[in-house]
Amino acid sequence: MVDAVVGFLYQFGDAAAFLILAASGLAIIFGMMGVINLAHGEFIMAGAYTTVSVAKLGVPLPLAIGCGALVAGLIGIVLERLVIRHLYRRPLDTIVATWGVSLIASQGTLILLGPSLSDISTPLGSVQIGDLSYSVYRFVLMGTAAAILLALYLLFTFTRFGVLARATIQVPHMAEALGVNTRLIYSLTFGIGAALAGATGGLYAPTMTLVPTMGSQFITEAFVTVVTGGGDVFLGTAPAGVMLGFIRAAITSWEGQLAGQIGLLVAVIIVIRILPRGISGLILRERA
Amino acid sequence: MRRFLMMGAALTALLMPLTAKAADPIKLGVLEDQSGDFALATIGKVHGIQLATDEINKAGGIDGRQIELVIYDTQSDNTRFQEFMRRVLQKDKVDVVFAGFSSASREAYRPIVDQLGGFAFYNNQYEGGVCDAHMIVTGAVPEQQFSTLIPWMMEKFGKNVYTIAADYNFGQISAEWVRNIVKAQGGKMVGEEFIPLGVSQFASTIQNIQKAKPDILITLLVGTAQSSYYEQAAAANLHIPMGSSVNVGQAYEHKRFKPPSLANMYVTTNWIEEVDDPKSKEFVAKWHKMFPNEPYINQEAENSYLAVYMYKEMVERAKGSTKRDDLRKIIAQGDVCVDAPEGHVCLDPKSQHMSHTIYLAKVNDDHSISFPKVWKDIKPYWLGEAGCDLTKKNPNAQYTPSNPPPKG
Repeated sequence: MVDAVVGFLYQFGDAAAFLILAASGLAIIFGMMGVINLAHGEFIMAGAYTTVSVAKLGVPLPLAIGCGALVAGLIGIVLERLVIRHLYRRPLDTIVATWGVSLIASQGTLILLGPSLSDISTPLGSVQIGDLSYSVYRFVLMGTAAAILLALYLLFTFTRFGVLARATIQVPHMAEALGVNTRLIYSLTFGIGAALAGATGGLYAPTMTLVPTMGSQFITEAFVTVVTGGGDVFLGTAPAGVMLGFIRAAITSWEGQLAGQIGLLVAVIIVIRILPRGISGLILRERA
Repeated sequence: MRRFLMMGAALTALLMPLTAKAADPIKLGVLEDQSGDFALATIGKVHGIQLATDEINKAGGIDGRQIELVIYDTQSDNTRFQEFMRRVLQKDKVDVVFAGFSSASREAYRPIVDQLGGFAFYNNQYEGGVCDAHMIVTGAVPEQQFSTLIPWMMEKFGKNVYTIAADYNFGQISAEWVRNIVKAQGGKMVGEEFIPLGVSQFASTIQNIQKAKPDILITLLVGTAQSSYYEQAAAANLHIPMGSSVNVGQAYEHKRFKPPSLANMYVTTNWIEEVDDPKSKEFVAKWHKMFPNEPYINQEAENSYLAVYMYKEMVERAKGSTKRDDLRKIIAQGDVCVDAPEGHVCLDPKSQHMSHTIYLAKVNDDHSISFPKVWKDIKPYWLGEAGCDLTKKNPNAQYTPSNPPPKG
């Protein structure tokens, strides 16, 4: 009984953490800014590659993950300046542009760094609870997912940057008229989204095989979570990740991995049929 | 006199194509993935063919004719296989084609080979069952890899077996083989799970395995997403002896992954770089001289290398003919054999598959390889016994244990 309960909670936490971390950067770039970023997976890949390369030099893993986030964030800012900036009023065109960026990034990595980067092993070992043993690092991932959500909430709710960012994104010309440097705000916000993707890549790097196309393993889950969640990072992505994580864990432990994947997608279809503006749309309307 | 000489010259020029035919090169088409998802495992196949061709050409060619390679990069894309297969057969007019890594790519080009009357070598380990007169298979098949691996592991570790497999035809058919052999050996399947190809998170799978407490775990996972399993299982302290027909031998995971995530894995392969005997070492040395930057020489590389020699043997015994029907008459005699780096191997006339030396490779804690056992001359018995007989008829089909060829 203990095994079943703990086992399920672990699976649920693991699935929810994966969805939330995969989606956290995208929630800002797509959820808030409205840029349909198909290169999100490549930010994750860049973060993972940087993390592993830095960690192999002997840098402690948390610091290496920080480097991964930083590099992905910088790439994000550069990309925003060069490409995305010109497409804010043309959301559909961002699909084409970011898809192109994604192809260039993954094939370019293949050419430069080869088909596979040797990996680093998962830290922290395992813990035995009842009959089953669990990877401790997975608990760290769950905690990190929660911490990132909290940090984002604080950043966008209680800081001056958060207020300016929300103002810029909601009514750009008004913010500009009030003296906000909207170009800088856009750039930084996009950079934060990219950095979160990089951090996700860094966090999952010790558990996965590193290949140039690894971003594709995150991108469906990321979009699904953000679309289900709706525009708000904290009120949308968090409940969506928890809900979809629960559904996936329940169906997977009941009927296997394939059913879990199908169940996840069916749940999403149902949610967006009932709530076209996602979960945060529902919550915000009720409050208003 | 002058006129006569000129006429003679003209006459010779006219007859040239006939007389010069013997010295024309034999054209060998090579369709392999040199880029894309599978490049890691398949670049070595091209190099194996180049090495063998180089050696044969230096020694005077096949029956006095040089080999000319026509190589296309199929980019891990099935439509490219179809495109280039038409091209090599119709435009380049090659005598024989060596092609394909994934079963999907093989099934994509196989109808084209049949339709255009070509002759193709599939130099790859696969799920078995292709009974097609236009094909020769030099890779290992499940009955060779599992009939050796599973009884050995069951004797050593116990009789409860759990299989996790990629959810497409390779995984499904291979898992069926595992199931049948475990049952025949008096063992018990305590679990079986099929996993979609893109899945990279394995918390639930790992728990299911822990709950079922198997003695042996057979892993038939495929692709980079699924290979994340090993690191995650090691992190959860899951140390069940693993058996596989695909790992190590193809994508050298023991070299790429950090130890000890692959420790205690047992793989049956017909050859890998670590095989420790003089003939094999000589092969590795020759290889590294020609391709100094090769990260690893896998079993498919050796399969491709020996396939060129196998073809040479057939053509020379057919007195220089490269016509498929002539070559199949030679195969039907049942004694087309070559001495390969793995040992002496022969073609089975009924299925046109190949016998193999099967090495049991054990991955140690530090990811070094040892070989607890070697089986010599394991025959590809199943197709022939089940009723595929290419010396008599040509069904052009792929069969599985639950869907065997019709008898008689």
